[in-house]
Amino acid sequence: MNNGLEFAQNAAGRLVPIEVNGRKQAPFLGVGQRRPEGPKTAPLVRSARDYPANGDKRLPDLETALRACGLRDGMTISNHHHLRDGDAVALMALNTAARMGIRDLMWFPSASFPAQAGVIELMEAGVVHHIEGSMNGPLGDYCSQGKMRGLGVLRSHGGRWQAIQDGEVHIDIAVIAAPTADPFGNATGTLGKSACGSLGFALADSMYADRVIVVTDNLVPFPCVPWQISGNDVDCVVEVSSIGDPAKIVSGTTQITRSPDRLKIAEHVARFIRDAGIMRNGFSFQAGAGGIALAFVDYLRGMMKDAGVKARFVRGGSTRYLVELLREGLTDYILDGQTFDLAGVQSMASDPRHVPTSPFTSYNYHGKGFFNQLVDVVVLGATEVDVNFNANVVTHSDGRLLHGIGGWQNCLFAGCTILAVPSFRDRIPVIVDEVTTLTGPGEMIDVVATERGIAINPRREDLLSAVNGSSLPIRPIQDIQREVEKICGGKPQRPRLRQNPVAVVKWVDGTVLDTVWQVGD
Amino acid sequence: MATTANVKTRSEAGRSGPDVRSDLRVVLEPRDAGGIEIELQSRVAAYYGDSIRAQAQQVLAELGIQHARITIEDEGALPFVIAARIEAAVRRAGLGQGRRALPESVPLPAASPCDRLRRTRLYLPGTEPKYFINAGLHGPDAIILDLEDAVHPAEKDAARILVRNALRAVDFGGAERMVRINQLPLGYWDLEEVIPEAPDVVLIPKVEHPEQVLAVEERVTQIAARCKIDRPIWLMSILESALGIENAFAIATASERMVAMSIGLEDYTADLGVVKSAEGRESMYARLRLVNAAHAARIQASDSVYSDVGDMDGLSRWAESARALGFEGMGCVHPLQIPVIHQAFQPSPAEIEKALKIVAAFEEAQRRGLGVVSLGSKMIDAPVVQRALKLVEQARRMGALGKPTSGAGNLDTT
Repeated sequence: MNNGLEFAQNAAGRLVPIEVNGRKQAPFLGVGQRRPEGPKTAPLVRSARDYPANGDKRLPDLETALRACGLRDGMTISNHHHLRDGDAVALMALNTAARMGIRDLMWFPSASFPAQAGVIELMEAGVVHHIEGSMNGPLGDYCSQGKMRGLGVLRSHGGRWQAIQDGEVHIDIAVIAAPTADPFGNATGTLGKSACGSLGFALADSMYADRVIVVTDNLVPFPCVPWQISGNDVDCVVEVSSIGDPAKIVSGTTQITRSPDRLKIAEHVARFIRDAGIMRNGFSFQAGAGGIALAFVDYLRGMMKDAGVKARFVRGGSTRYLVELLREGLTDYILDGQTFDLAGVQSMASDPRHVPTSPFTSYNYHGKGFFNQLVDVVVLGATEVDVNFNANVVTHSDGRLLHGIGGWQNCLFAGCTILAVPSFRDRIPVIVDEVTTLTGPGEMIDVVATERGIAINPRREDLLSAVNGSSLPIRPIQDIQREVEKICGGKPQRPRLRQNPVAVVKWVDGTVLDTVWQVGD
Repeated sequence: MATTANVKTRSEAGRSGPDVRSDLRVVLEPRDAGGIEIELQSRVAAYYGDSIRAQAQQVLAELGIQHARITIEDEGALPFVIAARIEAAVRRAGLGQGRRALPESVPLPAASPCDRLRRTRLYLPGTEPKYFINAGLHGPDAIILDLEDAVHPAEKDAARILVRNALRAVDFGGAERMVRINQLPLGYWDLEEVIPEAPDVVLIPKVEHPEQVLAVEERVTQIAARCKIDRPIWLMSILESALGIENAFAIATASERMVAMSIGLEDYTADLGVVKSAEGRESMYARLRLVNAAHAARIQASDSVYSDVGDMDGLSRWAESARALGFEGMGCVHPLQIPVIHQAFQPSPAEIEKALKIVAAFEEAQRRGLGVVSLGSKMIDAPVVQRALKLVEQARRMGALGKPTSGAGNLDTT
């Protein structure tokens, strides 16, 4: 299946296939080295003559809609992941295709979740050929074991937009779960019983797919205001009783970790941002919903208050912690890519300063700039980071696929990139000689903050001198690595990986950064 | 009968399971022949499988076990834990007598002066290795490896081996290394295991008579001499009953090794048959009695723990009132309590400023050969000067003075 592939060594020294799922690939050339050419791809011209004159695009059920959209074998179906582990629409669409006897689909989600483990059966049954999108949990294991027919393709959120607009991935039918929509197809995520906040991850799909189906459990009369998805891009609208489990779509309340070790890391991060002079009036930062990220926001908030400092904007992943910053006047805006809890959803629905964004505005490298370049500091996680600051976020150290890339690669373009990681997990050192899977080049990673100290990339002499004389535990990364290896009883064994590729990791410009190999038995 | 039995005594130690972290379960089946057979399941097998097998071989060899089947279910335990669990299983099988499988040791921190700063002492249950390794990172003045109340009676034997290994192999940073032993006679076994690793302080629980202190002191001295330990091992008594409180001064002065005395409020209130309240009025007499006895004996008085880890405001109020009563520290049951207590025990900037002024006036008077110290129009009594000197010294040790100065009198107080 995957045998007989040809490989090339890319600019990062990694062996990558030159063809993936029948499409020629450019190996990674180095950051900023690829210059794209030619026009973007464009959707077909449509005419209102082919759509209901009264604008009512409702069809009775998903099967009718998929049939109307011309679903057939080998097509690409896309979904967004704003409903996270509560999503029911992706499986609904793929299972409907299965009932229709369709085979060999390519599933192109903006991310997958354990709720979609049912796709494994569909792959076994031949309905789904392969997945291009993040894979974790059961899907990640299935792919890691080499059971998927095609190669997985892992892209960042910005990279997914890039792949769609550059024509690298053509979506035949986008099935968009919409917490609220009108019969014309206008849709929003901020309202309805299944509200999820932003729908930004579905925007490219709605603009570039051949056909677009909106599936909603809260149909309102025209107009659905505000609309995040424009009905002018939508072919048909299907009303269902439920698009997902609201309890798993957003959490009721996000809680800061109480783990003292993780809080120590968060405290190091916040103090670094303050003491390095990044925290100043008008600055900006990005924080996700992970335990350390939430805690760092809470520490930073106290420091901002003490110093009388206000941010111009913060980038979410929004949670109630960011919402509190906004309400307290500690930031002028939240520019929100996805909304993690109820407070975030309500804030986006009611506060014009809480603005939904899309991967195009925030993350897409193949545009005339993107918002994340303007962010002063981002705090990210990683599964591994090596002594040259290269980092892995997609596989576990044993080679198993564990996480999607999400916005991680796109965030590396911020003014300062901080990886907030424990120095070891379950005896497994996080700082390694060489990462298992390269997801982010070390030249773009500035700081590694652990509970045992903070390492600054030697390339960032400005940061090193900025914190010179502070009370921060600044240490060479090798120093932390040595200490942890001593605690853990030496360097870990290297994983035994097969010579069979199971997925590739794309860089933000569409080139292939690394290969994920089949895990040993 | 025993001649034909292949399996002598099956034994096990440690814990495993999806909720267990940094520990392992060891099942040992000693045999008469066949060498060592290791069956390993580990969540870190891909990284340290070879290392765990090699370590198991080595530990069994050090304990004199040549033939056994050993099953290990590992949840990412560190090497010092693996060694301790295997040793516990071996001992439970009635083997390995007189032998120890000691892990590689980290350098001992500097010895503790008797009047060391002891604002916070963080309790670490002696059977929970996952809390050990990062405890020092949270900056407590001391950590307590607890063999007493935190350890189930059936686990005392395994806990003392684990605690011994932790004293050798874990870097607790700048924290003083304390061990809370069990009441005698069980506590003698604890001392045999831990004293060779030179803990800084032994906590004696439920002390009611000075004789209990003397018995511990005698054994500590014996073992320390035998092991040629040339650094102090201090004692701290915990009074947990009405009788203990009545004998507080005798206990405080029972041993030259005694550096501090504390109170256990759960047991004390139980002894009185009263409810332990949040504000602690029912134990006020006992706490004050203990403070007075400790100060009379020139040792430190340390308060109980504040057990509601979710209530940081309550903790802060409790700690501030403890300081006001004359306590110099508290127990901690969670690392997040440490900075709150340190803050509460730190003299306020206003207190420090005032004390510095008094000290400056005192030094000025000394310089001029004046018998009377005065600040502005006010005359300062000698005890006020003494208290100011003490407070400035405390503040210096807590790092609350800013950069160290050669003398308080150099600080301009205008």
